[in-house]
Amino acid sequence: MDLSLETRTEGDRTVVVVGGEIDVYTAPKLREQLIDLVSGGAYHLVVDMEKVDFLDSTGLGVLVGGLKRVRAHEGSLRLVCTQERILKIFRITGLTKVFPIHNTVDEAVAATD
Amino acid sequence: MATVELTFSPVPANVRTARLIASTLGRRNGLDESLVDEVKLAVGEACARAVSLHRRHDLAGDVRVCFSDDDGSFTVTVTDGGPGDAEVPPEDLADVAEDLDGDLPSGFGLAVVAGLVDDVEVTSSGSGTAVRMRWPVKG
Repeated sequence: MDLSLETRTEGDRTVVVVGGEIDVYTAPKLREQLIDLVSGGAYHLVVDMEKVDFLDSTGLGVLVGGLKRVRAHEGSLRLVCTQERILKIFRITGLTKVFPIHNTVDEAVAATD
Repeated sequence: MATVELTFSPVPANVRTARLIASTLGRRNGLDESLVDEVKLAVGEACARAVSLHRRHDLAGDVRVCFSDDDGSFTVTVTDGGPGDAEVPPEDLADVAEDLDGDLPSGFGLAVVAGLVDDVEVTSSGSGTAVRMRWPVKG
């Protein structure tokens, strides 16, 4: 399955809904999307990963790159994910310490700290 | 012992093919569904690593994946054509992640494999690096 990307604005947050597989093949598409958003002045991003079927370290790299970009503008990048198999890779790599991970988009949008 | 061998050109799209074959064969060998997910991710990481290596160093040749089942286990070996360039995985991924201010270090994919799979062996020779992963098959 290919990667699908949809973005919408909720208050001062930009929600990116990602679906499908984020891997070495599709990660460049997500990277471009994140770069475009930050270039366009969206510094508070919420990436909704509930429809992601597969995520590998290339995908993690893109998310880390996105985090670096928003931080340069004192922004934030929050993830929404409750899928155990996706959370597992964040846990193995210690990236749960780097990304705030929320259960719902509402929770992520409302989060401030 | 039954084996399946796959040889593919080092392009990202082929990593997906390798993943599909890995999960199909894992399932056919009777692995639990949670292990099938693990096989899919680990084989994908090993293949993505090999593809990146080939592209980074402009290497000729293909990536080889050998699947075999014997002695109650399912073994997958991914071999690249790199000149013994085995990146050393970071010792502690959590520390790396903590200090992260840029891109993930090379070797991260291999570290994910090591974190996921209990039985992994990485060997390098002049003709390439082989990542061998083994999973137990229920009897």
